[in-house]
Amino acid sequence: MSSAATLQHADVHVSHDAHHEHHHHETFITKYVFSQDHKMIAKQFLVTGIIWAIIGGLFSVIFRLQLGYPEATFPWLEDLLGHWAAGGKLKPEFYYALVTMHGTILVFFVLTAGLSGTFANFLIPLQVGARDMASPMLNMLSYWFFFLSSIIMFCSLFIQTGPASGGWTIYPPLSALGDASTGSILGMDFWLVSMAMFIVSALLGGLNYITTILNMRTKGMSMTRLPLTIWALFFTAVLGVLSFPVLLSGAILLLFDRNLGTSFYLSDIVVAGKILPNEGGSAILFQHLFWFLGHPEVYIILLPAMGMSSEIISVNSRKPIFGYMAMVGSLFAIAILAFLVWAHHMFVTGLNPFLGSVFVLLTLLIAVPSAIKVFNWLTTLWRANIRFTPGMLFAIGFVSLFISGGLTGIFLGNSALDLHLHDTYFVVAHFHIVMGVASFFGMFAGVYHWFPKMFGRYLNNTMAYIHFWVTIVGAYLIFWPMHYQGLSGMPRRYYDFSSWISFNQFSGLNEFISFVAMIVFAAQLLFVFNFFYSMFKGRKVTDSNPWGANTLEWTTPINPGHGNWPGEIPEVHRGAYDYAKDGKEFIPQDVPVGDDESKH
Amino acid sequence: MKEFLMIALGVLIFVVVFQIAKASEYVSVLKGEDKTRKQNNKINAFMLIGFLVFGLIGVWYCNELYYGKTLFPQGSASVEGESLDLMFMITVAITGLVFVLTQVLLFWFCFKYQEKDDRKAFYFPHNTKLELIWTTVPAIFLTVLVVFGLKYWFKITGDAPKNSIVVEVTGHQFAWEFRYPGADKVLGKTSFKKYTSKNSLGVDFEDPASRDDIHVNTTMHIPVGVPLKMVIHSQDVIHDVGLPHFRLKMDAVPGIPTTQWFTPKITTADMKKKTGNPDFNFEISCDQLCGANHFAMRGVIVVETMEEYKKWLAEQKSEYYTLYPEKNPVQPVVVDSAKQISQVLPVKK
Repeated sequence: MSSAATLQHADVHVSHDAHHEHHHHETFITKYVFSQDHKMIAKQFLVTGIIWAIIGGLFSVIFRLQLGYPEATFPWLEDLLGHWAAGGKLKPEFYYALVTMHGTILVFFVLTAGLSGTFANFLIPLQVGARDMASPMLNMLSYWFFFLSSIIMFCSLFIQTGPASGGWTIYPPLSALGDASTGSILGMDFWLVSMAMFIVSALLGGLNYITTILNMRTKGMSMTRLPLTIWALFFTAVLGVLSFPVLLSGAILLLFDRNLGTSFYLSDIVVAGKILPNEGGSAILFQHLFWFLGHPEVYIILLPAMGMSSEIISVNSRKPIFGYMAMVGSLFAIAILAFLVWAHHMFVTGLNPFLGSVFVLLTLLIAVPSAIKVFNWLTTLWRANIRFTPGMLFAIGFVSLFISGGLTGIFLGNSALDLHLHDTYFVVAHFHIVMGVASFFGMFAGVYHWFPKMFGRYLNNTMAYIHFWVTIVGAYLIFWPMHYQGLSGMPRRYYDFSSWISFNQFSGLNEFISFVAMIVFAAQLLFVFNFFYSMFKGRKVTDSNPWGANTLEWTTPINPGHGNWPGEIPEVHRGAYDYAKDGKEFIPQDVPVGDDESKH
Repeated sequence: MKEFLMIALGVLIFVVVFQIAKASEYVSVLKGEDKTRKQNNKINAFMLIGFLVFGLIGVWYCNELYYGKTLFPQGSASVEGESLDLMFMITVAITGLVFVLTQVLLFWFCFKYQEKDDRKAFYFPHNTKLELIWTTVPAIFLTVLVVFGLKYWFKITGDAPKNSIVVEVTGHQFAWEFRYPGADKVLGKTSFKKYTSKNSLGVDFEDPASRDDIHVNTTMHIPVGVPLKMVIHSQDVIHDVGLPHFRLKMDAVPGIPTTQWFTPKITTADMKKKTGNPDFNFEISCDQLCGANHFAMRGVIVVETMEEYKKWLAEQKSEYYTLYPEKNPVQPVVVDSAKQISQVLPVKK
């Protein structure tokens, strides 16, 4: 292989950068706003993600109020939302807008941009041993496209006819026809344009991540010595780069159908008493395009959480991650399968049954690499010496939630069972646990673990422990009973169940879930407070390697400048997981292999 | 005022938590950070094992509370749904076993291998044999589930039996309409271009097969024990014919008709007795978000004996002669409209 040449190339780049640094004069604008330093861009993604998470979480609290207390009125809601909550009662149109925005915000802005954007930017150069991303300029643009996308989506909340309200999956014709839903009048155009900007951001970011990982590893950092975080972020970036353009094309075609009179998705429609001229389109085509992104998107959200949890579990178990190659292999298998299972979201669309059966087989196949990962995490914990740092607790919580939510996927992926469970609360419970809460746990684990590296200070431990325990107990209390609602066929996205004979038996449970949701939301505010307070007032880090970890980011100074290492970039001599080897607690990657060291 | 008090209480709790958190940091400095860390470690290890124990009790308790409220104790109302219920239970058994095993191991390992001064972590980077075991064992179990699943899937999605009764189901914002083929057992053609406010399904009355077709709103009647084939249309956006009691659902897509079939095995009257609920009805729920009143897009299926069904059918008059009474050679039978309305309106409790 040409790895020697690549490394040489990287070295040239490095010395050039280090040289450049002497002349670099930073103003407030270049340091904090239009920064090209990957660490600052990561923090920008993180803070924007946190702001979105508060908004998205608040939306869920508001629509849970409607579900939990359908008979009650809340006068303050009218003060907050105006005519959308006239008389203190949420209107169905706005309920659906909140549900749609909650999904869009959490899936894309928080768990894609906020998660990958933060940790890919922060960790890739630091852990592969590079001074910055391959293209810091594109990296900066990636954030600003995300920012632009955020602004557009945020503005859409204030449109007179309301933001998009067709669900985060925006299935046409509902999303294409203003006559079918007020959210599809102008809100949907904002949604689509915002998403187009978002996709540009994701692509610029993704290309940078891939390029940096492949080309800018430091000397000795072969691919098989990469920490699992980097492997996970690498596959995440590949998934994003290959699947987001498909959503972009789907979104553009939808814009055409909405505004230019085309019929890609529309056919045979009578709406509001009007016969539409569109013929020959297919509403199902959109679902294929959407889920061709939509399913990989699930793994774009999940893989970084897996990678970070693997790393954090190994560090705090003081033990190598069990089966490094199997962990990489299973990530690879999941990434490949992610592209081949999209139609399991469409078992009830009238899909050809044979095609459906292929998707059943491929979908359930994902359980195999998932099982490998779970058992490898468990074996890593076996005979370890575990430190329960807040990051470690969240990583353990991630594993627990991944198991709970992953197992219900076996029900839903089996098309015959999906006939009953599709689009019920069983699905809501499944994906919130396995993709929503689990990924949030991975993200929290990452924030708690790398906060000292980001800001040179620690988060407050007491608040962190309260945050963890309220969140994990609350998450299970919210989502576990929802499976039972799903088993009675209770459909998701219902504004009110009280007039249904089949679904009105759960009003007490709905109230309970809403109540717990509010407490869990308050616990997240505690985290946000801890985050911003500790950023400025937290206990200072005094040890450059506070967790006793092996990876390269802990070889930088406590507050690394632009360029990361003041001197030469360290050379790597070993994999990232030499813990408990030869009686030594840990051996960092830049320590040369001793003559008497055992081979494994 | 109440909201204000709630917010004030929330802020107060926040301040208290914050003060405790800050104080704990000072205490840890006084006591020695290493000592505090080890103490925290013990507390968290203990809480993790407590979480496991209370969590498993919670899982059991949740099942006690809510299993009775699901549809499973009632049993499936369709013949096909019975095999799905069996398959569901098999899947619960397998995944339940894995769930308990892995969660117990996870939290028990955390507790047992918590940091201790005299413990050294065991260097155990990989073991091919173990990894092969947990690759192949799940693969075998999954194969079993896939084989069962696909067997039922192909049966259910396969062609409806020849003796099926065919009913056309049409969804639009926000109601269901049904069309029966009448005596000739053939549904007349429809086209969205023929839609008028009167001819709301856009039936092509030039087609002779359409003349005896019967059009009813919201409530459909079907006989027990005979397979029913639904031909499903949508007029505007995507809807979904959700039949929780029969364990089925199928999307209604504009421009692309879909089908589903099942054999009802219990009448509505028997179901009322079985559930002890005199208001019981088989409901059609729209399961695909279709707009503001999605949550109120309700249909009703009345399953009755063949005699009752035939009697009901005979009372309906064809849509063609309802719209064009002047073309009707015989006088129509008067329908008890009050009775129909009582079935149409949802029962608000």
